[in-house]
Amino acid sequence: MSERVKSTEKSPAEDAPQPGPAHQGAPKDAVKAAKAGAALPSLGIVGMLRWAWTQLTSMRTALFLLLLLAVAAVPGSLFPQRPANPSVVTQYIKDHPDYGKLLDSVQLYDVYSSAWFSAIYILLFISLIGCVVPRAIAHYKAMRSQPPRTPKRLSRLPEYGTLVVPADAGIPASDAIEEAAALLKKRGYRVEVRHDDGARPSLGAERGFLKEVGNLVFHTSLIGVLVSVAVGGLFGYSGQRILVEGDTFVNTLVGYDQFTPGTNFQSSQLQPYSIQLDKFQATFDRESQGKFGQPIDFTADVTTKENPGAPAKKEVLKVNDPVTLGGTSIYLTGNGYAPVVTVRDGKGNVAMQGPVVAKLQGENYYSSVVIKVPDAKPDQLGFAGFFLPTAFVTEQGISFSGDPDLINPQLSLNSYYGDLGLDKGAPQNVFELDVKGLKELNSRKAEAGGITLAPGNTYTLPEGKGSITFDGVKKYVGVDIHHNPGQLSALMFALLAVAGLIVSLYVNRRRVWVRTGTHEDGRTMVEYGLLARGEDHRLAGEASTLRSLLAGKWNLDADNPETAPSNSPPAGSPEPKKDQ
Amino acid sequence: MFPINETMGQYSELFMLLAAGTYTVAFIAFAWDLARSSKSLKAIDLKAAAADASAATSAKVPVAAGASAGAAAPRPAGSGEGRLSGPADRAERPSSYASSATGAAGQTADDSMRYGERRAPARVAVALTVLGAAIHAAAVLTRAVGAGRVPWGNMYEFLTTGAFVAAAVFLLVLIRRDLRFLGTFVVGLVVIMLVAASVAFWTPVGHLVPALQSYWLIIHVSIAVLSSALFTLTFAMSALQLVQSHRQRTIAAGGADKLGFMRLVPSALSLENLSYRINAIAFIGWTFTLMFGAIWAEKAWGRFWGWDTKEVWTFVIWVVYAGYLHARATRGWTGTRAAWLSIVGYLCVVFNFTIVNQFFNGLHSYSGL
Ligand code: HEM
Repeated sequence: MSERVKSTEKSPAEDAPQPGPAHQGAPKDAVKAAKAGAALPSLGIVGMLRWAWTQLTSMRTALFLLLLLAVAAVPGSLFPQRPANPSVVTQYIKDHPDYGKLLDSVQLYDVYSSAWFSAIYILLFISLIGCVVPRAIAHYKAMRSQPPRTPKRLSRLPEYGTLVVPADAGIPASDAIEEAAALLKKRGYRVEVRHDDGARPSLGAERGFLKEVGNLVFHTSLIGVLVSVAVGGLFGYSGQRILVEGDTFVNTLVGYDQFTPGTNFQSSQLQPYSIQLDKFQATFDRESQGKFGQPIDFTADVTTKENPGAPAKKEVLKVNDPVTLGGTSIYLTGNGYAPVVTVRDGKGNVAMQGPVVAKLQGENYYSSVVIKVPDAKPDQLGFAGFFLPTAFVTEQGISFSGDPDLINPQLSLNSYYGDLGLDKGAPQNVFELDVKGLKELNSRKAEAGGITLAPGNTYTLPEGKGSITFDGVKKYVGVDIHHNPGQLSALMFALLAVAGLIVSLYVNRRRVWVRTGTHEDGRTMVEYGLLARGEDHRLAGEASTLRSLLAGKWNLDADNPETAPSNSPPAGSPEPKKDQ
Repeated sequence: MFPINETMGQYSELFMLLAAGTYTVAFIAFAWDLARSSKSLKAIDLKAAAADASAATSAKVPVAAGASAGAAAPRPAGSGEGRLSGPADRAERPSSYASSATGAAGQTADDSMRYGERRAPARVAVALTVLGAAIHAAAVLTRAVGAGRVPWGNMYEFLTTGAFVAAAVFLLVLIRRDLRFLGTFVVGLVVIMLVAASVAFWTPVGHLVPALQSYWLIIHVSIAVLSSALFTLTFAMSALQLVQSHRQRTIAAGGADKLGFMRLVPSALSLENLSYRINAIAFIGWTFTLMFGAIWAEKAWGRFWGWDTKEVWTFVIWVVYAGYLHARATRGWTGTRAAWLSIVGYLCVVFNFTIVNQFFNGLHSYSGL
């Protein structure tokens, strides 16, 4: 159980065979291991493997691997990580030409799926299994066997005391031991009475088997958590979608803006439910000075359908309050404004009409806008600029947003014409406009100046290229959709682990031995000793409780100097040294 | 959502200042106690040593037996203990009490941490700490009322509430155990936390951002703050344990006792045992913090674990303290090495709170700055 063999435990261990811990901590095993180590060259492959296994499943290795795991987890917080933020990683590598690539080659942008991190935790869990299985077997045997035989010298136990029952009480040694046994049984001990030596019967008692069970449950549950996480990674999926007010998302692969399947994902897993964003409302703080304009509530009203044919249902989606649908959960993770525009081309036809999702850039919903109009004739048109819900301009001519609400919405854009490059089929970022191959029409530097629009305004592009109208503003939300089949079992195992941990830390495994004997003058002498297995600071308390229970049973004075507990040191003097 | 009450917020700040002032005076009293008591203890030790020496020469009573006189007292002859391996055997016991009694020359407090003599400055210090904590409680409460919610929604509030919990836990433990030697340490840390909160992290009362509006904030953060307060206590003990074990070794090797104020501090082993018990509780608390955090993350972001920087460091702290518990069960790793692990764990807690909150961008960027 515990590798530390306490100095006070050593002596009884000679007398009382303890169910040998399967753990390497047991001195016997340590000797075996040492022998195996010494004889290494002549042992051959099998011996080598056995030696390696012994080393791997030792407590020292477990400790080393645990600390190594802690250290190995740290770089993941120092460098950007691909799974969380792939674009930041790309940027980071660009920004650090000297060592950016080097870090990539040692997987420092994928720490938690890297070979070295995996190696550490896999080794740790192998060690754990190698540790838990033998211990479970040993403990099963220990639970079914009788308490160990009574040590010859109880006085060597860490807690020890004697009681003397006067001759006139008429309690012979054999009765006294039975009564002590009954008392211990009532306290939850497993008791065995031994009459082997008629004159001096004894009993062995033990309790607290749950401690080891708790420990085993704890460690096994950790394996359960790991397996659950792995299952989630294999069969789960997740994706993102932006929904402007009025939009509907249907749960099919094409419905997602971004989709991350698990290793074993099949598209047939997707249930074709739908969710429509009816209305989105953001509330901002208007009370406190320091936090004026800080968002205090986001509420999305949605209409959901389990299946295309199912009845529609109204639901509310909020931060911290996901909607569950078709085995997935849908989370509100972002929001912003989507200015609605109408673009007419050089021929006067409407080439594009609808909301454009503005990407958040700064304070108070200061957002960037990119409009690509591939359908414009004769030339394709492109716009790039900013949307400000409450536009302000500083004296230096820098515009900023003064408030998150739509108080003075403004769209300021540059415009371009030419080939947008969309026809080549190469995927493009909808939030970026590559102006390299385009000709500029409007910008602050251009002759015609930039375009600045308030809702309802129309601007006619120079050179008869068309016009753009700012019709109004809608809101959009970003939703994350997740399916993780391992989640529930991970939670169960985690709860089980905590329960096991608490039991293993707070149940104490103790052994008690009592021996009685009848003195020549008729008095019955009782001696008892207690031994803890593992950390147990309440052993002394248990000893004194037992003492007063026994004394009460026989109407003795527990504090009588004749029978005073030999173990309670005079007040103020130190308790026994337990270890070192 | 309750309205903001700015007046309450201002009262709260006033109370915080008052509390910090009271704690500062308490800190001085604790320091005075350390200095004074160690001096008087030294005098007692010297007297005792002189008495021992004369007793040994005149009565030839072994000095070691003096400490365990009760246990080793000879029994009346003829009671037959020999045959029953009864009380007479007790004299054969390796007398662990006696062996630690020899070490007692360099220290006085033991595992039970009961001190014989009255320490007036310490009493004053504890009384002042109680007063400070009462004012501090008022400060935290008015802050909560002012904001209309639990007072742990940004760094200023984490720190001020955390400092209060640390002080309160310390006072609560004092009821059971005389840990007054930790006073300078704990109250000093509390003062530092309050000053840091007011100077570096001050934030006016305000509403919570939507991401924090969840009952998980109440559960997850309160347990985190409580566990951190316990880790603060064990950090102090582990640090003292290192100093004390160094001192004990020096004295055992016949060196001079240069750290006289450490007389008031229990033996390294007692410190280790007590900090182990507190760390075990705090570890369970931290396990809950981690789990509830994961459950909340699942509710808020749709995944229960994503190696966000804050999650990484919470995990690192958990593993370090798991390592500490293992170390305590591994031969050769108890004592000093375990104490170092406990200290490293606490440094990670501090790092997680300060550096990670402010300088690492992650989903947990709620520092409110
Ligand atoms: C995933 C990694 C592991 C974690 C997080 C972990 C965590 C813990 C914790 C928190 C405890 C304290 C609970 C108690 O005292 O009962 C503990 C105890 C223990 N662990 Fe682990 N453990 C891990 C791996 C291992 C491995 C690989 C071994 C075997 C070599 C092991 C062997 C033990 C033993 C023997 C104890 C009981 C110590 C005692 O008797 O005081 N653990 N573990």
